[in-house]
Amino acid sequence: MKLNVNGTERELNVPEDMPLLWALRDVLDIKGPKFGCGIASCGSCTVLIDGVATRSCVTPVGTVTGVVTTIDALEVNGVLHKVQQAWLDEQVAQCGYCQSGQIMSAVALLNEKPNPTDAEINEAMSGNLCRCGTYPKIRAAIHRAANGGA
Amino acid sequence: MGRIAKIARRTFLVGAVAAAGGVAFGYYQFKKPVKNPLKDGLGEGEATFNPYVKIGSDNTITIIAPRAEMGQGIMTTLAALVAEELEVGLDQVIVEHGPASAAYFNSAVMSENAPFAPWEHSAFKDGFRSVMGAVGKIVALQITGGSTSTVDAFDKMRHAGALAREMLKAAAAKEFGVDAATLKADRGTVTDPASGKSQTYGELALKAADTTPPEDIKLKDRKDWKLLGKSQPRVDMRAKVTGAPVYGIDVTLPDMVYGTVKMNPRLGGRMKSFDASKAQAMPGVIKVVEIDCQFGHGLGVIADNTWTAFQAADAIIVEWGDAPYPAGTAGIMGVIDAALAAGGGSALREIGDVTVAFADAPQDKLIEASYSVPFLAHATMEPMNATAQFKDGRLEIWSPNQGATITRFVCSNVAGLDQDNVTVHTTMMGGGFGRRGEMDFSGYATLLAMAADSKPVKVTWTREEDMKHDLYRPAAMAKFKARLGDDGLPTALDAAIASPSVMRSVIRRNMPSLGNAPLGPDKSITDGAFNQPYSIANQSVRGIDVDLKVPVSFWRSVGNSQNAFFHESFMDEVAAAAKLDPVAMRLKLMADHPAAAKAVEKVAAMSGWGQPPAAGTAKGIAFCLSFGGWVAEVIEVQDTPQGIRITNVWAAADVGLALDPDIIKAQIISGVVYGLSAAMGQEITFKDGMVEQSSFPDYEPMRINQAPQFHVEILENADDIGGVGEIGTPPAAPALANALYALTGKRIRSLPLSKEVKFA
Repeated sequence: MKLNVNGTERELNVPEDMPLLWALRDVLDIKGPKFGCGIASCGSCTVLIDGVATRSCVTPVGTVTGVVTTIDALEVNGVLHKVQQAWLDEQVAQCGYCQSGQIMSAVALLNEKPNPTDAEINEAMSGNLCRCGTYPKIRAAIHRAANGGA
Repeated sequence: MGRIAKIARRTFLVGAVAAAGGVAFGYYQFKKPVKNPLKDGLGEGEATFNPYVKIGSDNTITIIAPRAEMGQGIMTTLAALVAEELEVGLDQVIVEHGPASAAYFNSAVMSENAPFAPWEHSAFKDGFRSVMGAVGKIVALQITGGSTSTVDAFDKMRHAGALAREMLKAAAAKEFGVDAATLKADRGTVTDPASGKSQTYGELALKAADTTPPEDIKLKDRKDWKLLGKSQPRVDMRAKVTGAPVYGIDVTLPDMVYGTVKMNPRLGGRMKSFDASKAQAMPGVIKVVEIDCQFGHGLGVIADNTWTAFQAADAIIVEWGDAPYPAGTAGIMGVIDAALAAGGGSALREIGDVTVAFADAPQDKLIEASYSVPFLAHATMEPMNATAQFKDGRLEIWSPNQGATITRFVCSNVAGLDQDNVTVHTTMMGGGFGRRGEMDFSGYATLLAMAADSKPVKVTWTREEDMKHDLYRPAAMAKFKARLGDDGLPTALDAAIASPSVMRSVIRRNMPSLGNAPLGPDKSITDGAFNQPYSIANQSVRGIDVDLKVPVSFWRSVGNSQNAFFHESFMDEVAAAAKLDPVAMRLKLMADHPAAAKAVEKVAAMSGWGQPPAAGTAKGIAFCLSFGGWVAEVIEVQDTPQGIRITNVWAAADVGLALDPDIIKAQIISGVVYGLSAAMGQEITFKDGMVEQSSFPDYEPMRINQAPQFHVEILENADDIGGVGEIGTPPAAPALANALYALTGKRIRSLPLSKEVKFA
């Protein structure tokens, strides 16, 4: 089967019911999306499919027809995506394990709502767990990215 | 040596660990310098000055930060200690964890375990602390835990930087034909101000490494610090916002295969029989391996990808043996309850005479309360995993672990190898919280590697396996009793706390040959209750070690996590009974301990304590001294139509010396969120000998929509530098419970609070 991921058409020879997460991580060596729970309850594995935040751990790779974007492709020519830059400026990450998922959810949120309220941030981000408790900084970083980095 | 062993064996459990560890790891002479482990791995043009500094001719400067980065920012702060004295910027250096080595022993983690309150000093007590610190070196404990990393490193890593700087200056002095004292080192270059000549550290490195280090090195005055005391950008941040493959689970090696484990969920039970025929027939499955070791009994699967390994493990049918503890929560808690009722135990604090103080106490001056807390899982975001390769009689292991030298020791035992034939690579970790101080995941990877035909195998646990095979924060029960004086202040405090011993459980797993040897009292049973800075004339705090074989371990802040809940809930009850304001009462009782009183005063001021609350809101306060950090927290709750909402958290944390204020603030918030997550809704329960919880939906942590506003201030009144990573956690649960009491009038003495209240 074919998979369009991070701007490249990749050929895959795996069972159709293999979750997209494991096809990315173990077969295509794309390690940005992380394994946290396997049941879409923590958000560590979040990728974009046609711009929509999707839990790759419960998405069978055979069902994916859209364009997949992972955090690995956000940085272009050494320039961070504005959400990544906001994360860097706010020094959000601690252990950092959930942050690829957090960042991808935030990218999807800001694409849809360029200037989200706190309630909209709660709505969009409550599927992404963080055991280090970086929530205040995540909120600040989303507002910073929305305000053009200020 | 005789004396160390004697004190340790006679009295204290952690000393027994040390003495046993000495046997296990081999004794090192304390005075004998340990070999610099960087010497073996030097590349062309590279020089090493000590175990912490490596400089290449191309000006690549590498600092070794030999404590595990699990989110606490330790790589950044440890690197800053060296960089400050080396006179380089953090932007000029590469920071690495480095190899497992005796050179990176942690003496503070042993001193911290001395069974005295931190403010208590005497010839014997300080002597004991220094003996325990020496033990840390003798047993080569390279441990990241006990909030000790900066305490341990503060002098020695600044020294390492200064030593390298002076060697570089000495080499430059020879080049320039001047006195080294006239030279200036800055941003990786040594300059002679008189002639204007300069050479970079890279140019000087090979020559400098051969110079004799100066005997007497003066560390910089605090007023001259450029990095320390100021918030630094974290050295791991860019990797973490770009999804870089820095975690154990991201390890990729040539020809690597993938695995998982399926262990008996009746913890410690054996395997009666299994049928793996279906699993073995699945495409992509390479092998099913029986596991029978000190960490557990069950099966491993090796496959050509992780998902197939998960599927295969699921398809194996197993008949599991029984658990060595009562099958259900009620039975387990019954054992703890019975031990508490039976009394006894050992007192780490005995002041005045509690028996006399209570003998003639009138009923209206007596306050009694009983508390209980459940088992808790760590639930790190990155599930347990490790990668290992067993080839040509050597074992190489890539492990996200908090104890590199112990990992090497345990895995060498598991593999039947000499420690010299085992190499440990410590990766970054997606959360630790104490869980990764355990060795089970590395041990299983070792066993699977031995069955993997010389190929590296990455062994990843499912979330369910992780949740059901944790080493848990022990459940605990406590009875507290106080007598009030005429002014309402307590004149006597009598406490008994019962829980299974963490240290005993750790020893059973990692040093099985010690088995059930009598090991003395475990400080962690009463930690956070016996050593709090309240001056009460008569005090007795006893810990009862409950013989229960549910595996338990270090959980962020260890004993303080339950004992602060007991102690500070009770202090709130005492204040309520005496009709005293909980802040005012604490300030009176803490008068002998200015750091404590100032933290309470600060948090009261920050939170507007004493002002009339907004309608439907209330505040609670709690304090805990843990790991040398004096922390007061106020939590505000609000009654809303959806349930109780935590609206604000104020924290004042005194760490003596704040090396990086922003990292410390982030750790305080992190500790509070971890503590609140548990207090609000988390508990581990048992049925049929198995843990009932399996993933986040039934072990729900706080999410962003529940996160309150945080207000954190860092104080530096305490005499000594304290730890940071765990100190935010202990006051969180009691501050929340006390706030709920203030809001509703209902006192909740058992966690999690969600059994009694609904949170929004």
